[in-house]
Amino acid sequence: MNFDLPDDHELIRRTVRDFAEQEVAPVAEELDRTKAFPYAIVKQLGELGLMGIPFPEEYGGAGADSLAYAIAVEELTRVDSSVAITLCAHTSLGTQPIYLFGSEEQKAEWLPKLTSGEVLGAFGLTEPEAGSDAGNVRTRASLNEDGWTINGAKQFITNAGTDISGVVCITARTGEDEISNLIVPNGTPGYFQGEPYRKMGWNASDTRPLTFEDCVVPEENLLGPRGAGFKQFLHVLDIGRIGVAAMGVGLAQGALDQALAYAKERRAFGKPISKFQAIQAKLADMATEIEAARLLVYKAARLKDQGRNFTLTAAQAKLKTGRLAVRCAEEAVQIHGGYGYIEEYPVCRMYRDAKILTIGEGTDEVQQMVIARALGA
Amino acid sequence: MKICVLVKSVPEAGVTKRINPSTGRLERGGETRDNPFDTHAIEAAMQLKEGGELQVDEIVAVTMGPEAAAKALRKAVSLGADRSIHLSDEALAGSDVNGTGYALARVLATESPDLVLLGQQSDDGECYTIGAVVADHLQMPSLTQVIKIDVEGGALRCERQAEYGYDTVSIPLPAVISVGDAINEPRYPSLKAIMGAKKKPLETKSAADAGIEADRVGYDHARAHCAEFAEPPAKAAGQIIEDEDTSETVEKIVAWLDERKLLA
Repeated sequence: MNFDLPDDHELIRRTVRDFAEQEVAPVAEELDRTKAFPYAIVKQLGELGLMGIPFPEEYGGAGADSLAYAIAVEELTRVDSSVAITLCAHTSLGTQPIYLFGSEEQKAEWLPKLTSGEVLGAFGLTEPEAGSDAGNVRTRASLNEDGWTINGAKQFITNAGTDISGVVCITARTGEDEISNLIVPNGTPGYFQGEPYRKMGWNASDTRPLTFEDCVVPEENLLGPRGAGFKQFLHVLDIGRIGVAAMGVGLAQGALDQALAYAKERRAFGKPISKFQAIQAKLADMATEIEAARLLVYKAARLKDQGRNFTLTAAQAKLKTGRLAVRCAEEAVQIHGGYGYIEEYPVCRMYRDAKILTIGEGTDEVQQMVIARALGA
Repeated sequence: MKICVLVKSVPEAGVTKRINPSTGRLERGGETRDNPFDTHAIEAAMQLKEGGELQVDEIVAVTMGPEAAAKALRKAVSLGADRSIHLSDEALAGSDVNGTGYALARVLATESPDLVLLGQQSDDGECYTIGAVVADHLQMPSLTQVIKIDVEGGALRCERQAEYGYDTVSIPLPAVISVGDAINEPRYPSLKAIMGAKKKPLETKSAADAGIEADRVGYDHARAHCAEFAEPPAKAAGQIIEDEDTSETVEKIVAWLDERKLLA
């Protein structure tokens, strides 16, 4: 057993870390404050091959594995969550379903554009009354001679409403007890992206409600077999959890980085506060929990890369890291004292960005359901 | 023509550096990265190749160090070097600047490069001198701290950072040039290039393979040994002048500086 990362993965970590520190960190505060979508950074991510990390080269991807993807997401989140979730939702949720379930024609049409970052992909599952309880999906698609006519609404959808958004895969009821996934390109008449939400965090990422009003797409926009939608999105969510769990580790690590640097600088009672036992205990606990959580995330990614079942581990990783991110962000703010409550310090943004990690991609309570089910409870 | 670029794996900048008191050497067990200055040297090589004024046929990355040091080579080839050479031998451990420069020069001699590029300093040793030592062994002209390279016929016209302003120097090839970080903005390696890097040839050489004489390298043959290490002395407490009357404050500061002959 070997805990060293392969050289490729180390170099990917180094490259994304350098990129995050040099290109993202200087603009992260401004992007968050102005709620501006990071177009320039997404363009650079595309040029570096980071918008299609785990997809084969024949589809324009980088041909790397899930572990490489998790490491890249972790390093981006260490610096900024908005940029990270943009890449994460695009990869795990937007591109993944087309790669996994698409026909050769669908893959040829969409994957090169998606993996290069030329267009962004989105995934439309959540509805006002259906999220993890996706059996309750109300959006309907009926097939007639024109194709699929879609009516319904989706909410909390990432990446669907930017200038470069290209496509959304949505779940829709295609029969009484039948859910299917459909590909809906941006620009299709009847497909509307609502105003962006006013969120607690992830301010520079694009999140909107979507509506479909007699929106017609060709019959061949069905993704995979009719009625397979339920199984498909469960699988997509499993994979997505690895990405969101990597965000949790990254955010927690970023909070620790900031807290440690601040504690070594800030002096009180004649010495740096990092020399006080109360602060040391916080830093030590954070570092220990982060290391444990990171191993769990990497294990989930490795299981997936080895073609083994990773549902349980991915849910455990997601549960562990979401909570950890919230806790580390809070401790980091605490260590900063009053300055931690001021937006000029990154920990303030991290505190707001962390909370969604116990909610998005399945709440903690849903992860517990998944985990308990795997235990046979 | 062929360009060789010297690269080095160094401890991650954020990691607290420690000297092992029993060996007197820097502990290198922690997280490492490629020396940032060397990345500028690779970028300079790539820009000469892409500029097209010189016909650059091959860029070869070279490093010396233990097994883990090969990571710096992986980065170099992902940035565009065509192949790499790793000089690795237990006998080389603990070499001083003189021994390291000699050993690297032996490897470079087998390549007959038209130009050797390297970062002006390493993030760990910060000695700034390897380029000059290598050049001396190769009997090539050498420039250090170069921040601009232009092709001028078969020679290079370089700007070299000097104490006041810049020296502009023409240097014939072959030559050894160490570069500063102001020379360029290094590119990031793309993920595809990183994934493709392991397909590029990596040659590992022992000291004997490179024709290195054993009695000129390693800790025992180093001419310089560090006898002792000490923490930097603590700064003396400063003097705080309260600004009650500004013209009086200025006088006090000027007097303080004048007393220490710090005013020209």
